[in-house]
Amino acid sequence: MDFNLKIWRQKNAQAQGHFETYHVSGIEEDASFLEMLDILNEQLIREGSDPVAVDKGCKSSGPVSFDHDCREGICGACSLYIDGRAHGPDDQVTTCQLFMRHFENGATITVEPWRSAAFPVIKDLVVDRTAFDKILQAGGFISVRTGSAQDGNTLLIPHDKAEESMDAAACVGCGACVATCKNGSAMLFVAARVSSLALLPQGRPEAAKRARAMVAKMDELGFGNCTNTRACEMECPKGISVEHIARLNREFLAAKFSE
Amino acid sequence: MADKFISKIPDGPLAEKWTKRKSEIRLVSPNNKRKLEVIVVGTGLGGASAAATLGELGYNVKVFCISDSPRRAHSIAAQGGINAAKNYQNDNDSVYRLFYDTIKGGDYRSREANVYRLAEVSAAIIDQCVAQGIPFAREYGGYLANRSFGGVQVSRTFYARGQTGQQLLLGAYAALNRQIAAGTVKSYPRHEMLDLVVINGEAKGIIARNLVTGELERFGAHAVVIATGGYGRTYFLSTNAMNSNGSAAWQCYKKGAYFANPCFAQIHPTCIPVHGDQQCKLTLMSESLRNDGRIWVPKKMEDVMKLRNHEIKPSQIPEEDRDYYLERRYPAFGNLVPRDVASRAAKERCDAGFGVNETGLAVFLDFKDAINRLGHQRVAERYGNLFQMYEKITASSPWEEPMMIYPAIHYTMGGIWVDYDLQTTIPGLYAIGEANFSDHGGNRLGASALMQGLADGYFILPVTIGDYLSHKFAEPKTDTSAPEFEAAEKAVQERIDKLFAVKGTEPVDAIHKKLGHIMWEHVGMARTAEGLKEGIAQIQELRKEFWKTVSVPGCQKEFNQELEKALRLVDFFDIGELMAKDALNRSESCGGHFREESQTPEGEAKRDDENFMYVAAWEYKGEGNEPELHKEPLVYENIHVATRNYKD
Repeated sequence: MDFNLKIWRQKNAQAQGHFETYHVSGIEEDASFLEMLDILNEQLIREGSDPVAVDKGCKSSGPVSFDHDCREGICGACSLYIDGRAHGPDDQVTTCQLFMRHFENGATITVEPWRSAAFPVIKDLVVDRTAFDKILQAGGFISVRTGSAQDGNTLLIPHDKAEESMDAAACVGCGACVATCKNGSAMLFVAARVSSLALLPQGRPEAAKRARAMVAKMDELGFGNCTNTRACEMECPKGISVEHIARLNREFLAAKFSE
Repeated sequence: MADKFISKIPDGPLAEKWTKRKSEIRLVSPNNKRKLEVIVVGTGLGGASAAATLGELGYNVKVFCISDSPRRAHSIAAQGGINAAKNYQNDNDSVYRLFYDTIKGGDYRSREANVYRLAEVSAAIIDQCVAQGIPFAREYGGYLANRSFGGVQVSRTFYARGQTGQQLLLGAYAALNRQIAAGTVKSYPRHEMLDLVVINGEAKGIIARNLVTGELERFGAHAVVIATGGYGRTYFLSTNAMNSNGSAAWQCYKKGAYFANPCFAQIHPTCIPVHGDQQCKLTLMSESLRNDGRIWVPKKMEDVMKLRNHEIKPSQIPEEDRDYYLERRYPAFGNLVPRDVASRAAKERCDAGFGVNETGLAVFLDFKDAINRLGHQRVAERYGNLFQMYEKITASSPWEEPMMIYPAIHYTMGGIWVDYDLQTTIPGLYAIGEANFSDHGGNRLGASALMQGLADGYFILPVTIGDYLSHKFAEPKTDTSAPEFEAAEKAVQERIDKLFAVKGTEPVDAIHKKLGHIMWEHVGMARTAEGLKEGIAQIQELRKEFWKTVSVPGCQKEFNQELEKALRLVDFFDIGELMAKDALNRSESCGGHFREESQTPEGEAKRDDENFMYVAAWEYKGEGNEPELHKEPLVYENIHVATRNYKD
């Protein structure tokens, strides 16, 4: 398969970015989107180090930087806004699990980084998501010291509750919810963590404090407000439901009343 | 260094060794802990849990990871579960049985005392993780659920769907976040350790490259903990993450830490087969699938041919024409034999011509019977996300047709040599999790990597490191302007300059792919003396080619992923070569290491206990010199050493 790739290039956080267009050919339809970018990068490296190709007018800015790691949809490192959608056109996958058979042969594909004030660009398609770490540091945990736990079976958790908690805990922290939200809100990310812990008995003692602290930190870091467009749920690669945002709101309100 | 190459296994009965050791370890008072600094490199299950626990204890911790967040570490990708000797199933499990299964699964090449301790602390790990809010699978009564894994006959594996590693890592990461917020831990994401700094024979710090700015930075401490995982990416194609690498461990080796059993690499039987030349990563399908999936190939060659030509679907092949070869060869364990056994059996069938896809390198993993027996919903609860992942990648639904699978490199049992305290041959340098060698011998059992990472990080290292640090609290903070830091930074700078100076045309990955082919061909699932020698020669040749032709674009002082990859590949050449040398030395078959010269008439692995019942620990002797082999004899006082038998 052949593609034209219109890719956002930006040297660093300070520099002005721009689009550059590249052509790739001979891509297998079973290749993943990131494997296709690997092939583009090999091509750019060879062109960039080949004076003849450069003389012929190949305008190379070197290989394209992008975040990736596990390539099986679980680490949350890969991002990419592809043809106007977070993680591209397939549903409920991260970019690393998007395959080229989902694109038309010869298509022009636009690739951008996450666009959000809270996620500044580091280079090309790589953004800084440390704001997510900071939100979790504000309260996304249960305060238990190593060694002080009781036997695991002394806490009975109904099967369905554990499953519901697991639904929320499946969040990979990729940031698609923020990138796709017109307000740049991190509500789904915060809600997934708050909800996953609030559903379990061991998470209850700190539930109110946790909701309050994480929402406050989210606001402080420049994420926007939630206006219930549900775009986050649509684009979440793990299918995390906005019902968790409702639970977060309940926890948050309860925290307010208890103040 | 001979005096540091002592395993320090405590005397006394097996079940009392850990208690005895703990009672001997000197304590550090809370006000002195505040004066002590510890560097932890890596934030997988081992690193994150160690850094969090050391922080809770009151030490000053600096934690480093190469990703944008500690949560990305590759432990996150572990699917199936974590073992613990809880005996919740009343199936007569015990600490002893977990210990025994692990020693046997490792083909009698791990230390009794370490493995027993691992089994002993396993139950506390589950309790800790439950308390952290990890949503383990539950029975309808609310009690914790279990399943089985390969190489065992009990159900002792705890799980959170097919995302157990993710959930456990998020638990450790949450504990780490709590300490970061409390100020006891400082986190350095997007930092890569490029050298270890040793002063007067003791580990005192690291040189790291800030991956965003490209600057080299110096960090000092009273002790350094390496938790950077394994070196499976030496093979290029593996189930490891793209950024997983062996470089931090390798720098420790070059600074004097012995490297043990490098040839023990695990080849996992259930991965999605290679589909073409453009692939860079293989995807694992969890071993848990072997609880309910049945592995087979056709009995008749004509069916194989029809499958390859897409004339029939696998589901159309009648029951009597299917060869469930694991059930046939190993009736007692069936589809749940250990990984090395299952991988070799798949290779045997494919070598005989029965591979079921176009490349001839695939077998079936079939859920038809499980779906009929359990129903759609229960199968979906157990494996739903794995089925979805498989379908996304292959565009074929495991609900309708069996999965196709083939073995792939997955884990490395070898690693930095450590004593019972997890200390390396360099005082003050510790290695935990997959980065060390100690617990899995020649083959790791499923769901035991998570167990080991968390055992080391939560319960073992935070105790044992105290013994060393108790002598150090009077020492001032490490001065990073010391000449040893100066020299280490200069050496790293020279390494980087040398890479940019090549100015060749070959991308790093293109050369790495060639190394992968050499490794898979000559240091893969079946090894011979001749092939290993050939492999070593080819690696040396490729290394020369690399230094003439590699292209590293861009510059150092910027975000530069090609430079990162080039630095790691330089070490993968060395690691691959040492793996081959170790494999050549070990002329027995053992666990994941199969030497064709050493097999039984039935084609099973044949150990040579008389000559090889030892840990092979290699000492670096300088560039261009042969490494020196040291042997740590393995002594079995509590287990009768026998040929592994999974047949009856």
